[in-house]
Amino acid sequence: MIVPIIFLIICIVGSFFTGLPFSFLFDEMVIRLARNLVLVASLILPVITGLGLNFAITLGAMAGQIALIIITNYSIGGTTGFFLSLLISTPFAIIFGYLVGRVLNKAKGKEMITSMVLGFFANGIYQLIFLLLCGTIIPVRNESLLLSSGVGIINTIDLANIKYSLDSLLPVTKYPIATLLVSLLVFIFLHFILKTKLGQDMRAVGHDMEIARVSGINVDRTRIISVIISTVLAAWGQIIFLQNIGTMNTYGSHEQVGLFAVASLLVGGATIEKASWKEALIGTFLFHLLFVISPLAGQNLLGNAQIGEYFRVFVAYGVIGLALVLHAWEKNKARTKLSDVKE
Amino acid sequence: MKELIDKIGLPRFIIILFLIFLMALAIYLNIPISDLITDILVRFGMNSILVLAMVPGIQAGIGINFNLPLGIIFGLIGALVSIEFKLSGFTGFFVSILIAVPLAAIAGYFYGKMLNNVKGQEMTVGNYIGYSVVSFMCIFWLLAPFRSPELIWAYGGSGLRVTVSLESSMAHVLNNFLAFKIGNVTIPTGLLLFFALFAFLVWLYSQSNNGLSMKVAGSNEKFALSNGIDVNRQRIKGTVISTVLAAIGIIVYSQSFGFLQLYNAPLYSAMPAAAAILIGGASLKRATIVHVLVGTVLFQSLLVVALPVINVIAEGSMSEVIRIIVSNGIILYALTREGGQTA
Amino acid sequence: MDLLQIKNVSKYYGENRVLNNVSLSIKEGEIHGLVGENGAGKSTLMNILFGMPVIQSTGGYEGEIFINGKNYKPTSPEEAMAEGIGMVHQEFMLIPGFTITENIKLNREQTSPSLLSKVFGKRLEKLDMKAMAKDAREALNKLDMDIDEYVPVAGLPVGHMQFIEIAREIDKAGLKLLILDEPTAVLTEAEADKFLEVIKKLSEMGIAILFISHRLDEIKQVTDSITVLRDGEVVASVKTDEIDVREIARLMVGRKVELSERKNEDRKISDEYILEIKNLHVNMPGEEVKGIDLKVRRGEILGIGGLAGQGKLGISNGIMGLYESSGTIIKDGKELPLNNPREALKASIAFLSEDRRGIGLLLDDSIEFNIAFSSLEVQDNFLKKIGPMKLIDKKKVREHALRMIEELDIRCTGPRQHTRALSGGNQQKVCIARALSLKPDLLLVSEPTRGIDIGAKKLVLDTLVKLNREQGVTIIITSSELAELRQVADRIAIIYEGKLAGILPPDASDEEFGLLMAGEDIKKVVS
Repeated sequence: MIVPIIFLIICIVGSFFTGLPFSFLFDEMVIRLARNLVLVASLILPVITGLGLNFAITLGAMAGQIALIIITNYSIGGTTGFFLSLLISTPFAIIFGYLVGRVLNKAKGKEMITSMVLGFFANGIYQLIFLLLCGTIIPVRNESLLLSSGVGIINTIDLANIKYSLDSLLPVTKYPIATLLVSLLVFIFLHFILKTKLGQDMRAVGHDMEIARVSGINVDRTRIISVIISTVLAAWGQIIFLQNIGTMNTYGSHEQVGLFAVASLLVGGATIEKASWKEALIGTFLFHLLFVISPLAGQNLLGNAQIGEYFRVFVAYGVIGLALVLHAWEKNKARTKLSDVKE
Repeated sequence: MKELIDKIGLPRFIIILFLIFLMALAIYLNIPISDLITDILVRFGMNSILVLAMVPGIQAGIGINFNLPLGIIFGLIGALVSIEFKLSGFTGFFVSILIAVPLAAIAGYFYGKMLNNVKGQEMTVGNYIGYSVVSFMCIFWLLAPFRSPELIWAYGGSGLRVTVSLESSMAHVLNNFLAFKIGNVTIPTGLLLFFALFAFLVWLYSQSNNGLSMKVAGSNEKFALSNGIDVNRQRIKGTVISTVLAAIGIIVYSQSFGFLQLYNAPLYSAMPAAAAILIGGASLKRATIVHVLVGTVLFQSLLVVALPVINVIAEGSMSEVIRIIVSNGIILYALTREGGQTA
Repeated sequence: MDLLQIKNVSKYYGENRVLNNVSLSIKEGEIHGLVGENGAGKSTLMNILFGMPVIQSTGGYEGEIFINGKNYKPTSPEEAMAEGIGMVHQEFMLIPGFTITENIKLNREQTSPSLLSKVFGKRLEKLDMKAMAKDAREALNKLDMDIDEYVPVAGLPVGHMQFIEIAREIDKAGLKLLILDEPTAVLTEAEADKFLEVIKKLSEMGIAILFISHRLDEIKQVTDSITVLRDGEVVASVKTDEIDVREIARLMVGRKVELSERKNEDRKISDEYILEIKNLHVNMPGEEVKGIDLKVRRGEILGIGGLAGQGKLGISNGIMGLYESSGTIIKDGKELPLNNPREALKASIAFLSEDRRGIGLLLDDSIEFNIAFSSLEVQDNFLKKIGPMKLIDKKKVREHALRMIEELDIRCTGPRQHTRALSGGNQQKVCIARALSLKPDLLLVSEPTRGIDIGAKKLVLDTLVKLNREQGVTIIITSSELAELRQVADRIAIIYEGKLAGILPPDASDEEFGLLMAGEDIKKVVS
């Protein structure tokens, strides 16, 4: 619990120096929670299944963006467009998740670094398809999507058609009630999964692959299912995120998804082996609060807004690095302890 | 045919085929081959010491040193200090190295100590420690007390420039040293000699009693222990040498490139080096000078030849896409192999 | 009719026959003891009964097994379970982070349908934790365990874990036969007593039990009948009250092969001690040494025997400093620093590890490098000085390797071949060559013939004897195969539960060896 408390203190102290009114911060945080929670939640199951932090949710984000490009191509907008994009992204995400799961099963014990490199690799394939094949082999109907040369998708896609399509679905207040409800549903879904036979198997596999295997649980399959669910949620999460932002950076929006989601979860007090909805919620809140206040705090404290911006990137990387070090450290210590007990 | 593939390995086979295909295309498109060869020689020379830095890490058993940025940072600091004191030419170059090496050695020592506590997770941890260091240094570059007009923004903005030109200090000192022409091909003699010197030193070390202890510690920890080797010390040694080589490597790289790249530039610097040595036939547990030579030549040739060829037949950014796919693909391939197998 | 009948079961691993015409039968509710040395075939028999995949993948077995008269040929543990056979492994199959209930019901959880399960199938049915806890409670009650079924397993005493394992087995519907593999090895005396009571209770409930143990007292006390295995054959299958502990011990160890292979030579061994061990404790997981005093004479071959897990392997590993140890070791009158492999090597002690491929060899390096490395590392041999650097002298390494290859008759394609490609026997010879390159006066050898085919076994042992006779190297040989110790050693120390049970001459009777190995007290120590 020490990590979230430290971040809470940093945030409280920092927000003093920003001089931002509380109401502004509150509104900003509600919006940020709504658009990020599903992405962070997508990381929970792989942690429980023992795969560690699934940096390959980048592939899920790609599935989401593929769906968004498709609906933009057919100029389908509004709520229809939004839900259609969820629907379209799902089969892509399932296939991607399956492939990621297969690869990670071949890299047991090195899942995290593998999932990260897998994200980079997939990014290359993604660029290959959208830069070279779109407009040549893959026909694109909506010409405003293509670069002036006629080949490749443009760098920034305007998602005005579906902007706020979920956020303002239930226009009771100025807050994105529908989005928060969807996030809540996702959390309930995850909670439910963990109470099922499948969830129990995931926990067993996460605790001890060998015992799970001997007990007759299909370990590889369970791990793959876990990654598939994670990838599908990431795809949906990315669509929810982008419908709030309103524009999509075709070749960049997905890149940092893994980083920020993982950092959020860890700031909330999760570890490589333990994560739940609580850590996801607390972590997303604290991490994004830090995100909002650090440039201003940097400006007011040190007279340089850029320091704050670099600082928050440093926090994202640093918190992941620290979590990894502490985790590996504990594991090494646990190993020596075992032999001490036997003395 | 199958025997040939088995002998040189499937990934290398594919890459060589692809390279031959690109070469043929280059000739067909009338791209001047002499320029390509000049480029390949320069790119080989400027990248090879960074690739060489992977060797001691792998030999000492810490796997791929994804924390290359750690050494690179100190190389950059060395170069910055020498420019601050208005040193140029070989003086500037060697003073940079002289400043960088002890700093990198100290940092490498502490990093090595940390790695001993996270055995089994060195690559994941190293990667994020590297990212953290780079993002932390972003703040440092903003605040660092450098005064030279070469280094800081001429007007507006605070801190160091994003790229620092070396034109007036040490640009091309190695490249131009004893350089000569064969036909239209320029041979960067100094650059190649400098690499040869370091390759020889690393080779010599691997033949010495100390180097052999390190190699044995890396390839079989238990065997090493039973022969009275202090495995942890050997791992630290490998980490220190790797970090120092990275510091020297970036200085060599920068003098050839003509610029120092600060801020986020070192973030992904470990990837191409890792890819090169793996393409050369190294595994996560075994690496030699031959792997460095073969890998750097293949990887850099691929990049050099791909660029103009693809510029003619497709989008310019395609060569970047190829780099991403090849480099991450080969790392992925190595990660998903069983322990000691070569990539 | 008998519950379980095993008829003429034989099993080969490659050329190696590990079970030969084994027959035995167990009645309903019977407690049947199974005893035998390591390698007598107990584990193989269990693996066959429990349908372990390793049996199928090595070509299955011959013979027939019947359960209640019905032919039974299991190909997977699931089939065995379906037939009512349960097994408690030596290593616990418990997940520490799970509660007792979750462990007992692992992968057999009760579930109830839910909305999602109707769409996505059975795996999304909700766990019925109440029903699970109820079953777990019942199973625990049968074992007189009043522990809370919602407590996590982590942190429970080892004894409790054993009972939870058994509770899991009885919870499985229709359990008829329970196989227990060395169940009391990890228990304290009080726990073991309670455990034996529970076993009796289970048998009263009609569950037959196949009880494997090396504690002959226990076997005698709790079983109805006993089968003794030796070299893959049944040497006796009798009612427990028709046999006494001494007889069991004799049957277990006795060899049909006569000891005539041993040359009748006149051995004169000095009274000088090369090594004195006082109160040695070694913390080697699974082979703990708990206070041993032992003196080794210069020029002798000392055998160390005992059953697996009793700590015999810990002694050599402790002397070499590979596992944490305490006590005093005196080599040539000087105290040897503990926990320091380099000092041990410098004191002219060399070690051939039982883990040949893991500790003994660099599998992806050449034979010549393997042979030379220890000496190079510890004694600075095979080096040439160039300036400040000491570089490996490849010529010397090559010459030395070629000499060793010839002397020890290592079969290989040349000194540059990687050791991974060699056969077990030749790998062992490379290890011996490496040890010899150190020119040791004391050689510790652990399980030198494990995993080596019969022809090569003799060669390895002959090499060791030759070393001892011709070069006067003192040898401590640790082995699970008593027969080979009796063939080469001058004295044999038997280790039981981490302590020295006794020292016997190689020609002592089978009975004496058997009793010592089973921890029985015979005050017979040769000096």
